[in-house]
Amino acid sequence: MFDFGRAIVITGHYGSGKTNIAVNLALDCAGLGESVCVVDMDIVNPYFRTADFRRLFERYNIRLAAPQFANTNLDIPSLCIDMEALLNNYDRVILDVGGDDSGALALGQYAALLNIRGYDMLYVVNKYRYLTHNPDEAVGLLRDIEQASGLMASGIINCSNLGEDTTAEDVESSRDFAEQCARTAGIPVVFTAAKRGLKVEESYPVDVYVRPFWEEN
Amino acid sequence: MERMLMKGNEALAEAAIRAGCKCFFGYPITPQTEISAYMAKRMPKVGGVFLQAESEVAAINMVYGCASSGIRCMTSSSSPGISLKGEGVSYIAGSDLPAVIVNVMRGGPGLGGIQPSQSDYWQATRAMGHGDFQIIVYAPSSVQEMADYMGKAFNMADRFRMPALILADGLLGQMMEPVVFEDKEIKMSDASDKPWAASGHGNRRPHNIINSLYLQADELETYNVERFKRYEKVKEELPELESYLCEDAEIVVAAYGSVARLAKAAVEQARAEGIKAGLARPITLYPYPERELRAACKTAKKVLVTEMSMGQMVDDVRLALECRLPVEFFGRTGGVVPKPSEILAKVKVMKGAE
Repeated sequence: MFDFGRAIVITGHYGSGKTNIAVNLALDCAGLGESVCVVDMDIVNPYFRTADFRRLFERYNIRLAAPQFANTNLDIPSLCIDMEALLNNYDRVILDVGGDDSGALALGQYAALLNIRGYDMLYVVNKYRYLTHNPDEAVGLLRDIEQASGLMASGIINCSNLGEDTTAEDVESSRDFAEQCARTAGIPVVFTAAKRGLKVEESYPVDVYVRPFWEEN
Repeated sequence: MERMLMKGNEALAEAAIRAGCKCFFGYPITPQTEISAYMAKRMPKVGGVFLQAESEVAAINMVYGCASSGIRCMTSSSSPGISLKGEGVSYIAGSDLPAVIVNVMRGGPGLGGIQPSQSDYWQATRAMGHGDFQIIVYAPSSVQEMADYMGKAFNMADRFRMPALILADGLLGQMMEPVVFEDKEIKMSDASDKPWAASGHGNRRPHNIINSLYLQADELETYNVERFKRYEKVKEELPELESYLCEDAEIVVAAYGSVARLAKAAVEQARAEGIKAGLARPITLYPYPERELRAACKTAKKVLVTEMSMGQMVDDVRLALECRLPVEFFGRTGGVVPKPSEILAKVKVMKGAE
């Protein structure tokens, strides 16, 4: 599909669409016959996270590694994840790193290992997020995340969206923004994600798994 | 006007800045921490003040001091933290000061849990602290409303010289929706239109003293009675309720905040199945929209109140309807979010029992 390393680290401002990208990548990799593990690295957000998709992952034989108390009433961000074992045992390990630079700090404990074993860190941008709606702000946050995690991004994923209401035009008109982010950051745009069904040329089609809470699955 | 994608907590913070809120005093607690985090990032860029206090008690007392000087200011917290602020809110109300407080509710009582809840309704509308007082309570139910009602809360707090509370919950705080803000220049508030403020007399007027202590009982009584006269005006002018499909409804579902979104889905499904259901959504919880609720229930035979609590607003619905209609309750608590299908099932049982 894409020429990514075994470990894919998904980072970005919260609300950029990281979790939905991580879920889509995981399902697509599993669809290609890879053994896949998704690591919910979010130690900041209390809900709306990859651990919400435990049952979906089970259906596709995708392993979920999450903080011990994710989705419980305990606000204790305890990460007991043996990253080396995951890298040895799975064809693909996808790390979903939430919570901006404060969240990326938790990633730092795996930086030495990831630097030895190789990784691709992808930075998800969304033009329609208020605090990162100009390229300088977006790349500023990327630099903060890189500094906190000790890892360097190798590509940008353009996931510009307005949630449910996103139109093809919203996505098309975000390409300039993504290209400017890429130029400022000195890394390429690896793809523009668009909801499956939207008529957007040359995009990575994604299904939307993060649903409004009043919709029952 | 560009649409942006925001978390409810972010929309509250941005809307406060746009309403001229100059000082934010806070203390982190899940699920409202994004308000503090957002203020920490944005306030220094617009010439405002962000201060993380050493505790919730300290934060609300900083609001007390700041509000005394006539500057627009606010604090935010979640349920256990709001309880800590209760004393300060009472002092602010007793001193007739405007201020905005945000409660992004989580499960209780006690330390409870971090999942969403609506179990602070009684606290917000009945007993936000000791003494004879009320505060204005707004209950938005979308991220756009979080933005819209923040400005309104500041304006009404100033106008009636009383605290205003935005009562949200974890779902509203954490969920993301598109938001539009009015395009206008951000102007930080000052005390120029507040003759009562302790903002420096410049030898041109007597001292303004901000206080909630009165040495004589009859003096305190006079102030309390005066304050309640003001509440009558608040009750006259502020009540707001959204009614949806209530014109011919036989069963009206009453719900506020995020639960109103769930109830709306249930009402639509009920209509699709041929049940005449409607939704009455109070937007102000104090003053309670009594007349508006009675109007929404004009054709109703039964009313279902649904909340993320053991049943708190249900009291106000019964009072507003003066026991003329049977009022039933369905709720989930402790951080459990009710499903639209559960609300629908209850509506069907009520319809069948007619």
